[in-house]
Amino acid sequence: MPQIFRRRSNTIARVSILGSVVFLVVGGWALDAVWWSPYTTKVNVPIEQPVPFSHEHHYSGLGIDCRYCHTSVEKSSFAGIPPTETCMTCHSQLYIDAPLLAPVRQSLAYDVPLRWNRVDDLPDFVYFNHSIHVAKGIGCSTCHGPVNKMPLTWKANTLYMKWCLDCHRNPAQFIRPQEEVFNMQWAPPANQLAQGHKLVEAYHVNTQQLTDCSMCHR
Amino acid sequence: MPDGDKNVLVGLSRDGEDTTVTPLGYPGRVLGPGETYDTVSEKISSIVLKQPLPKSWWFGFTVAFAMLMMFLMAVSWLFYRGIGIWGVNIPVAWGFAIVNFVWWIGIGHAGTFISAILLLLMQKWRTSINRLTEAMTLFAVACAGMFPLLHLGRPWLFYWLLPYPDTMGLWPQFRSPLVWDVFAVSTYFTVSLIFWYVGLIPDLATLRDRAPTRGKQFAYGMLALGWRGSARHWQRHQSAYLLLAGLATPLVLSVHSVVSFDFSVAIVPGWHSTIFPPYFVAGAIYSGFAMVLNIVIPLRRLYGLQSYITLRHLNNMANVMLATGMMVAYGYLMEAFMSWFSGDIFEEFMMVNRAFGPYGWTFWLLMLTNVLIPQVLWIRRVRITPVLLFLVALSVNVGMWLERFVIVITSLAREYVPAMWRMYYPTRWDWMTFIGSIGLFLTLLFLFIRLLPLISMAEVRELVAEHEEVEP
Repeated sequence: MPQIFRRRSNTIARVSILGSVVFLVVGGWALDAVWWSPYTTKVNVPIEQPVPFSHEHHYSGLGIDCRYCHTSVEKSSFAGIPPTETCMTCHSQLYIDAPLLAPVRQSLAYDVPLRWNRVDDLPDFVYFNHSIHVAKGIGCSTCHGPVNKMPLTWKANTLYMKWCLDCHRNPAQFIRPQEEVFNMQWAPPANQLAQGHKLVEAYHVNTQQLTDCSMCHR
Repeated sequence: MPDGDKNVLVGLSRDGEDTTVTPLGYPGRVLGPGETYDTVSEKISSIVLKQPLPKSWWFGFTVAFAMLMMFLMAVSWLFYRGIGIWGVNIPVAWGFAIVNFVWWIGIGHAGTFISAILLLLMQKWRTSINRLTEAMTLFAVACAGMFPLLHLGRPWLFYWLLPYPDTMGLWPQFRSPLVWDVFAVSTYFTVSLIFWYVGLIPDLATLRDRAPTRGKQFAYGMLALGWRGSARHWQRHQSAYLLLAGLATPLVLSVHSVVSFDFSVAIVPGWHSTIFPPYFVAGAIYSGFAMVLNIVIPLRRLYGLQSYITLRHLNNMANVMLATGMMVAYGYLMEAFMSWFSGDIFEEFMMVNRAFGPYGWTFWLLMLTNVLIPQVLWIRRVRITPVLLFLVALSVNVGMWLERFVIVITSLAREYVPAMWRMYYPTRWDWMTFIGSIGLFLTLLFLFIRLLPLISMAEVRELVAEHEEVEP
C-alpha cells in the first residue's frame, strides 16, 4: 500500500498545534483590541454636524458657561440642546453673513430646528439623569472629557456599562466639590480619594444602591 | 460467583443468540464463540466501509432527519417570535425546556458510567458497548445543552453566562446554580468528547488501513493522528485513557448533582430537598441505561452484532437499571415521607397536590412506568428477552421524562400563594421542539453509525486475546 501521507505531514501536524494556540491568543487579543478601539467605540472621533460648532472657542475663548446653552442640566435628566434662538442672541449681531452659519439663519427663518447629531448617545434601556450627577458633585469633564479643548465635539468615553460602573462602584475617585462641577479646568487634587470619601459622605451619596440593576435599568 | 466466567451449558437459539449460561443460569459470554481478530475487525469495520448502505439505515436516517428539520423550524420560529410561543408564563416559567434539559442530560450519564467507572472497576462487559454509549452521551448532552439556551429570552446573548472581560464590567452570578450548570455541562461535554476521541484513535487507524478509497484513507488517517500501533503508542494510549477515566469518574456524580441544585437550592416546595443530588444521579444512570438498551437492542439485531453485544450485556444492563430504579423509587418514597415528616403545611400540600392535584395523572403514570413496570426485571427471562427488555427500557424513558415533568411543573403551578396558582399547558411548539430534539439525537446517532465504528474494535480484539488464553 502506498503511503497516504508524506513525511512533512508530521511537521505540519506539530506546527498546527502551536498554530492553534497562537491563533487563539492572537485572535482573542485582536477581538479585544477591535472592541475597545475608536473604530467600535467612536471615542475621540469628531462627529459631523450641520454647523461645525466649536466648544473650545465658545467656552475657552469667550468664557460662556456650559449652562448658557445646556440650560436644563441642573434640573432635568436631559442637559438640553439649545434652540436656534439661543445661538441668535449673539449671532443676530456677529458674523451675520458668515457662510458657515447659513443653516442657523435658515433654521430661524423657516422655524425648523437644527438637527444636531448626538455625540453621547446612551441606549434606550438605560435611565440616565444629568441633574442628580451635577447635584452630587460629578463634573461635566468627568464624563464629557476636555470639551473646552474640542474644536469639534467628540465622545471622550466609551459609555460602556463597565465605564459607568467604574464610577458607580467607587464614586470617591471622581467626585468633586459642587462649586467645581462646571469648571472644565478642574483637576483632581493629590488627595482625591481621601477628599472624595469625605464628599461622598457629605453629599449623602448612597453607595450601597449605586450598583443596583434598577438604578439605571428601570 | 453468580456472574462467573465458567460456561457450562452451550447452545444457540433460533435467531443467532448465544445462550451459554453460568451454573446459576445467567448468560455467560461477553463475546460470541468463534470470534478471531480478523472477524472482529472485518465485521465492525464493514458497517462503516460497506457500500451500499442497508435500507434500514436510510429509513431511520430519513425519519430522524425529518424530525431534525421540524426542530429547526420550531427553533427558527422561536427565535423570530420569542418564547411567547411556548406555554410558559409566570408562575410556570420553567416548562418543557427544563424538563427536556434534565431528561437529556440524565440520559447522557450512562455513557460516562459505562466507559469510566466500569473501566476502573475492570468490568469486561463494558468493552463492546462503551463506544456507542459514549457517543450517545455526547449527543444527549448536545441536545440537553441547547434547551437552557433556547429558553433564554434572548438566546443570542447566551455567552453572557461565561466569565469573560465584557464591556459591562459584570461577572456571572456565581452564587446561582444556573451558572454552575454552565460549567458542569460544558466540562462534562469536553471530557466526554476527549475520552471518546482518545478511545477512537486505534480504531480510526484500523479504518484508515482498510478504507478502499483515497479520500477515506486520508480522512480517517488525519483523525488517527499517525497511529501505527507500536508498543510505545499503546503504552501511552493506555495511560492517557486511564487518566481520562479517572477524570471522568467524578463527573458522573457531579454533573447531575449540580443539575439537581437548580431545583434544590430554590425554596419551592417539591424542589427544596436534600435528597435531590443522589436521587437525581441514580435517576440519570437509570434513564441512561434505559436509552442504551433502546438503542442497542435494535442495532444488534439490524447489524447482526449478537456475538459482541451478548445476552450477558443485556442482562447486566438490566441489572443496573433494576438497582438504580430501586434507588429512584426510594427517592420517591422519601419525598413523600419527608413532606409528612416535615410537618410543614406547604410541603404536605405539595405531596397531596402531586398525587391528587390537577396534574395527578402524570404522577400515577410516573409510578406505573418508572416504578411498577420495571419490577418485571426481577424475572430473568425478561432480562434476557430483547423485545421485553426493550419495552421495559422504553417505559423507563417515558417515566424519567414524566418524573422531571412532575417535579418542574407540578411544583411551580401550585406554589405558596393560591392567588398565583396557574396551569401550564404545552403548546404545539413545545412538543415540536421536544420531539425535534429526539430527531437531532437520532440524526447524530445515525451519522455516527455510518461514519465511525460503533464498537471498539481494539478493545474487543483484546477480549479475543483473553478468551484464547482461557480457552485455547
